[in-house]
Amino acid sequence: MNTNTLVVSDVSHSFGGALVLDRLTLEVARGEVVALIGPSGCGKTTLLRLLSGFYEPGSGSVERRGGTRMIYQQDGLLPWLTVTENISLGLRHVAGAAERAEQLARLLKLIRLQGFARHYPHQLSGGMRQRVELARALAGDTNVLLMDEPFSSLDYQTRARMRTELTRVLTLRPVAVVLVTHDIEEAVLLADRIVVLSERPARILRELRLDAERPRDVTDPTLRAAMKTIHEHLALPHDFDGDAPADEDETIGTTEASAWPG
Amino acid sequence: MKTAQPTSYAQAFLLSTACSLAGLGVWSLLSFLELFPPSAFPSPRSVAAGLGEELRTGRLADDLIASLFRVAAGYTLAVVLSVPLGLALGHRPRVRAALLPTINFFRSLSPLAWIPFAILWFGIGDLPVVFLIFMATFFPLVLTTLAAVAGVPAVYFQVAHEYGFRGAELLTRITLPAIMPQVITALRVTGGMAWVVLVAAEMIAGRDGLGFAIWDARNGLRLDLLVCGMVVIGLTGVLLDWLLSLLAKLPSVRWGYEH
Repeated sequence: MNTNTLVVSDVSHSFGGALVLDRLTLEVARGEVVALIGPSGCGKTTLLRLLSGFYEPGSGSVERRGGTRMIYQQDGLLPWLTVTENISLGLRHVAGAAERAEQLARLLKLIRLQGFARHYPHQLSGGMRQRVELARALAGDTNVLLMDEPFSSLDYQTRARMRTELTRVLTLRPVAVVLVTHDIEEAVLLADRIVVLSERPARILRELRLDAERPRDVTDPTLRAAMKTIHEHLALPHDFDGDAPADEDETIGTTEASAWPG
Repeated sequence: MKTAQPTSYAQAFLLSTACSLAGLGVWSLLSFLELFPPSAFPSPRSVAAGLGEELRTGRLADDLIASLFRVAAGYTLAVVLSVPLGLALGHRPRVRAALLPTINFFRSLSPLAWIPFAILWFGIGDLPVVFLIFMATFFPLVLTTLAAVAGVPAVYFQVAHEYGFRGAELLTRITLPAIMPQVITALRVTGGMAWVVLVAAEMIAGRDGLGFAIWDARNGLRLDLLVCGMVVIGLTGVLLDWLLSLLAKLPSVRWGYEH
């Protein structure tokens, strides 16, 4: 029996007769971050919906141990609820008021927003809102965390801080993480493994393992080598011999496959 | 982002009082200059005397209560029926396709066009006025609710699905709070409409009420009482809008008015 938290076995999926995902196999263990990178519209959103259980796969199987939660690309906090109320959504199925209160206090401490429990999302900065979302997603029995380009709407500095924050939080509350991103730099900074997907129908082109110590620095030669490999697989222009690292956002663009069917 | 310095309550009060007094001054000046004959342009003094007379006889209070009752009945009925219908239309494309053209048709009709039928069906008194206020506010409220539901970001429903909200809970804990800021704005706009329609409806289909009082004063050539009625209608309108604006101060809807 497989002990991994998330096990995707030989999953294929079609929409209207067109194959979108082609025999994907992927395993993610607790405490592991796996980044998915691929061209725009390659089917990453569909894959996330299969992983979350929103869709049933056309063939193959997806096994999850424990709760699965998602961090959305857009701001997923409900603006009419306070920080406490938003996080409590994740504790709805936890039995016992005392247990819920204790978990809530622990989660607020985890994201270091104890002083903002009664604030509404619009009173918080973008980075703070993202931390609340993280706490909500990690509430209860969550074992699998799916992240759909979670930091793409943040400014550069906040994004950099959130990466550090995510690493810190996941050290304290380890879960299996699948991170979908367009940002290659983000992938090599955060992931234990990077899965490079092809254009539609998405196949796994390459899987890279990154063992670099955290906190990571993009100037680390092993990370730069990984970035170069990913660029080559995605057939993107790159210049890793110059002084400055290429600006990933510029090179890849930020459009997501939001117009995806279904 | 604010483009100008925010005003404090005290400042706002002083400014609006000064402005109202200036308006009163212009009115006094115009009536003093007698640009129009006094019989066609009542002075503030004569209106104040008329107001005293109306208060002594108690007629003003009776008219105000009659009018407020009609607005409350017609408007409440419209709100209670329109918001659920707007929600149904917003959530169900088929129902929307079926009913939207009809609703737009009725929305385009001036509620005053219904006056003859209002009188034929309901006679003279409370009912025709309540009916006309209902007709004036129901359709715009349906359309606003429908547009608000259609505009709720999809991510809220994804979150709702993920955290196990279904059926009635989805409606009361996700959809309704998500549209509440827009519904409150629509309540203010249509509340103002209800008050405007009231006067016209009571003029024709009423036996009492502020609108009827104005009509009666006109028939009796008591322009001082006519203006007195106008002043009371205007002040009550301001007060009603202020009361509805308090809804927008609820902490759980503040997000809808930021930026």
